[in-house]
Amino acid sequence: MPKPHLALLAALLAAYGLQQYADRIDPYYLDVLIGVGINVILAVSLNLVNGYTGQFSLGHAGFMSVGAYLAAAVSLQLGPRLFGEDGGTALQQGALFLAALLTGGLGAAGAGLLVGVPSLRLRGDYLALVTLGFGEIIRVTFQNVEWLGGALGLNGIPASTTIFWVLAAAALTIFTVVCLVHSTYGRGFLATHDDEIAAEAVGLNTTRYKIVAFVIGAFFAGIAGGLYGHFKLTITPTGFDFTKSIEIVVMVILGGMGNTLGVVLAAVLLTLLPEVLRPVAEYRMVLYSFLLIVLMLARPQGLFNFRLGRART
Amino acid sequence: MLKVTDLSVSYGAISAVSGISFTIEQGSIVTLIGGNGAGKTTTLRTISGLLRPRAGRIEFLGEDLTRLAPHQIVARGLCHVPEGRMIFSNLTVDENLTMGAYLQTDPARIARNRDYVFSVFPRLQERIRQMAGTLSGGEQQMLAISRALMGSPKFLLLDEPSLGIAPRLISTIFEKIVEINRDHGITILLVEQNANLALEVSRHAYVLETGRIVMQGESRQLRADPQLRATYLGG
Repeated sequence: MPKPHLALLAALLAAYGLQQYADRIDPYYLDVLIGVGINVILAVSLNLVNGYTGQFSLGHAGFMSVGAYLAAAVSLQLGPRLFGEDGGTALQQGALFLAALLTGGLGAAGAGLLVGVPSLRLRGDYLALVTLGFGEIIRVTFQNVEWLGGALGLNGIPASTTIFWVLAAAALTIFTVVCLVHSTYGRGFLATHDDEIAAEAVGLNTTRYKIVAFVIGAFFAGIAGGLYGHFKLTITPTGFDFTKSIEIVVMVILGGMGNTLGVVLAAVLLTLLPEVLRPVAEYRMVLYSFLLIVLMLARPQGLFNFRLGRART
Repeated sequence: MLKVTDLSVSYGAISAVSGISFTIEQGSIVTLIGGNGAGKTTTLRTISGLLRPRAGRIEFLGEDLTRLAPHQIVARGLCHVPEGRMIFSNLTVDENLTMGAYLQTDPARIARNRDYVFSVFPRLQERIRQMAGTLSGGEQQMLAISRALMGSPKFLLLDEPSLGIAPRLISTIFEKIVEINRDHGITILLVEQNANLALEVSRHAYVLETGRIVMQGESRQLRADPQLRATYLGG
């Protein structure tokens, strides 16, 4: 079996193993770990768009919210109808949760396609502004649609998200992105990033590559949204505003654009940092921002960008 | 093989190429020479579909190219080697070549193209695992040409292959260009500021000035033309 597949299998087994001991772990640490996992999914999937393909998207939180709302709707609407008040067996619940997550992911991917097709002809700052705008449109739509809970959001979502689901989804995201960009087809993402004109000159359809990256990125953002909703049990539109998008972009930049290992580590670090800084209370976010500035000055190429895994023999 | 008729291209309100016409016969090397801003690169980019013409027609083997996207034009055997060695610097030499064969489906043919490229530029084979961004300027130009050859082109558009390359390597690269033309009968349209070199390797030449063709003819004769010598060949 090839190396990435073995690593994926190992990660899935580890996630399953951890789940068996979950009730012996301090719930606080478990919650932090779930937060870390969700951010890893978001950052690694955004890295496919912003890092590898070189398109600056600021709308990741928007796709996350599409996934969160759709997955929550599936659970809330279908759960009681299919399994009655008692909620069915563990297997039935798991299957429903999987269906909810996939619905959220596919819905977000659809939204990605809808946004990507018209906007990916733009470059650089223009694309960033358009994706920012679309992210906000999605959020404002949720805020004003009555049957989606309006500004109050959706409540009473079943607590289906466990450490197993999050770690398994994070492992699958990393696996998909790594295998994709290392495939012959996937080299086209880097080619599009390196030089769009040259990529077109050798016959790549760069617009299609950008759209594919965008749709795959949005899919995993949607999965992350579904996990988030079933973890927090309540979702409101304000949880997905553009500061969330910025937060994910920061993880990608800090990790080193187009470096999956770096982005994973940055996502872990930036999720843990606010937790570690809790003792300083009101100065927490000041210190967080300050550390961010220091890190960016010290390592502008990305905190963990040592070109790992690129010097292959 | 390639027929350009009354081609005009503009960037917004600024006209870069105004009504040029020329034809290129199969198997020949033809050059477009001219100073900065004469419209040479614009012409090449319009032929390969990277720019849209305002007016005019480009026919390749009898088919109109002006409505086609760049990748569709590449699929018809017309490959562009862009100016300034636009290689994929974050990919290895090997991966750059693989990208060049992006539209090729026959593995045997890809392997043959790869062998041919290495026979023309043995140095690339030595550097096959190296990141393309770490190559020297001359090597990057070799890679850019090789990448285009991986697409089994019938027609190569070369944009300033001598730009920013050590003088010693320039003559090597031009020898290779002639060799590629001779070995495989690949027709070549060469855009060059170094008019001396371009006239030496080409059969026919067109001189562009502010978007118009001001002179054309056999390269041999143009080299002897006193007016051209004074303007482009340094006396």
